[in-house]
Amino acid sequence: MRRAAALLLLLVAAPARAEERRSGFADMAPATRAMQQDDMANPGMLWVLEGGALWQRPAGAAARSCADCHGDAAASMRGVAARYPAMDPGEGRAVDLAGRIALCQARHQGAEPAPRESQAALALAAYVAHQSRGMPIAPPADAGMDAVRAEGQALYRARRGQLDLSCAQCHDDNAGRRLAGSVIPQGHPTGYPLYRLEWQALGSLQRRLRGCMTGVRAAPPAYGAADLIAIEAYLMARAAGMPLETPAVRP
Amino acid sequence: MARVLLQVPATARRGEVIEIRALIQHPMETGFRPDASGVVAPRDIIRRFACTWDGETVFSAELHPAIAANPYLSFTALATASGTLEFAWTGDNGFAQTETRRVTVAE
Amino acid sequence: MASRRAVLAATPGLLAVALARPAGASPEAMRQAMREFLGPDAPVPRPGRVRLELPPLVENGNAVPLSVSVESPMTATDRVRSIAVFTERNPLPGVIIAQLGPRAGAARFATRIRLATSQQIVAVAVMGDGSVWSDSAQVVVTLAACVES
Ligand code: HEC
Ligand code: HEC
Repeated sequence: MRRAAALLLLLVAAPARAEERRSGFADMAPATRAMQQDDMANPGMLWVLEGGALWQRPAGAAARSCADCHGDAAASMRGVAARYPAMDPGEGRAVDLAGRIALCQARHQGAEPAPRESQAALALAAYVAHQSRGMPIAPPADAGMDAVRAEGQALYRARRGQLDLSCAQCHDDNAGRRLAGSVIPQGHPTGYPLYRLEWQALGSLQRRLRGCMTGVRAAPPAYGAADLIAIEAYLMARAAGMPLETPAVRP
Repeated sequence: MARVLLQVPATARRGEVIEIRALIQHPMETGFRPDASGVVAPRDIIRRFACTWDGETVFSAELHPAIAANPYLSFTALATASGTLEFAWTGDNGFAQTETRRVTVAE
Repeated sequence: MASRRAVLAATPGLLAVALARPAGASPEAMRQAMREFLGPDAPVPRPGRVRLELPPLVENGNAVPLSVSVESPMTATDRVRSIAVFTERNPLPGVIIAQLGPRAGAARFATRIRLATSQQIVAVAVMGDGSVWSDSAQVVVTLAACVES
């Protein structure tokens, strides 16, 4: 575990690698890229729009809106998505952005948090993450998070499923090669939540990770599971410095 | 209510052909798609879109299940006089949504 | 290298999932739908005046950008009445039927369509004088690998 953490530090501390890293955006066909880059054509912007409306809407026993406490998201949420997952001191565990928002709904609004992957949860996460579009991914320097990221790295390297493949075998060793017609991307979490043409809807990074696990015939952990958050944290460290694209479009 | 993104210029010159773009949140369920358990989801689509300028048709369309989810449409309108553009989407299960935008036309 | 072989070995399994889509209609069904749209007395569509544009290759058939433009002065008397788009191998041949009013100003529109597989797409335009023009395009659809079950 300690060795993995040290390796990870190396990865994060070696900016020379940044040039070799490419977002899944760069692997897409021109038409799909154009869809992402034009806000009037990008269907993900519909969820951002919805998230903006939810941001203003009072909810829960406290009847308070996100805006009541956080004000203008363009200022208060700028850069926030770029540093999640992060430790929540109250919970004593790592939470991703969706988990962080759910905590606010429960703790500060006295509301039932929107279930993961529900339209409302995705819309709020997209709206918050959109405020960081173009900003470099900046995982927090935090000993607790180092341990979580090391765990994520181990999970990323572990072979799984009936096909007995690790994430690294596809996304590090075979990135850029074709698999059943689609390019294997390097697997960077730069665009989430994003609009995937295959889903015909917005989806979270966890949905994407669970999809890749199902792809190798492994049973994926439940949404919100610590293992998924650990992989998210590792992927964010692996992509440190790359700009956020939310809401991205992917095939 | 479904979310809508509309791009309509607020002003135009008389005789100008303006570009209009519309995006609406809707699954456009085809009626052919089996879910995980093999059950085919019933059709649920937007069947019709119409854009009028002070009541006069600019562009209308009959949509079929082959239109992608979250339908996107762009088309043109001839700016003749200041007025109100109305956009209406109607479909299965009583789906109906209307948006309006004012365009000021200068000489 | 071993891992490379393992990854490629994974391909057929993933592909089988990806291909579990409904079978398509036929070119004959498309011609039939076109005849229904045009009516019994319409002339046979002539190639020309219509420009149908789609990307030649797409990664996913769920949202393929399509645009149609028709050469026409678009005056009150000389204009395009309607434009329809058909596919050869979707479950249903019809895609969209657009009606253009005198306030359209130009005869062009764009949308995004679904393509169940690689196939030919045809756009047909009916002019004010009753003449019918058309254009067609071929799109190759490659499929995503990690399709959720
Ligand atoms: C009653 C005040 C209150 C409301 C309402 C509220 N929050 Fe918060 N929010 C906080 C506080 C306080 C924190 C700091 C962490 C904590 O104490 O929970 C926080 C933290 C956050 C963070 C993390 C910020 C960072 O810099 O890491 C996000 C994201 C967030 N809130 C989103 C939301 C969203 C979205 C809503 C509406 C669904 C919302 N909050 C509603 C008080 C509130
Ligand atoms: C068999 C090869 C394979 C394995 C194993 C695999 N993936 Fe993927 N992954 C892909 C492909 C191919 C895509 C591109 C999407 C598509 O077309 O299905 C992808 C997409 C992704 C993306 C989305 C990148 C973007 O641009 O949004 C992430 C993140 C990702 N994978 C992470 C993982 C993780 C984490 C694991 C291990 C749990 C994993 N993958 C296992 C093949 C694989």
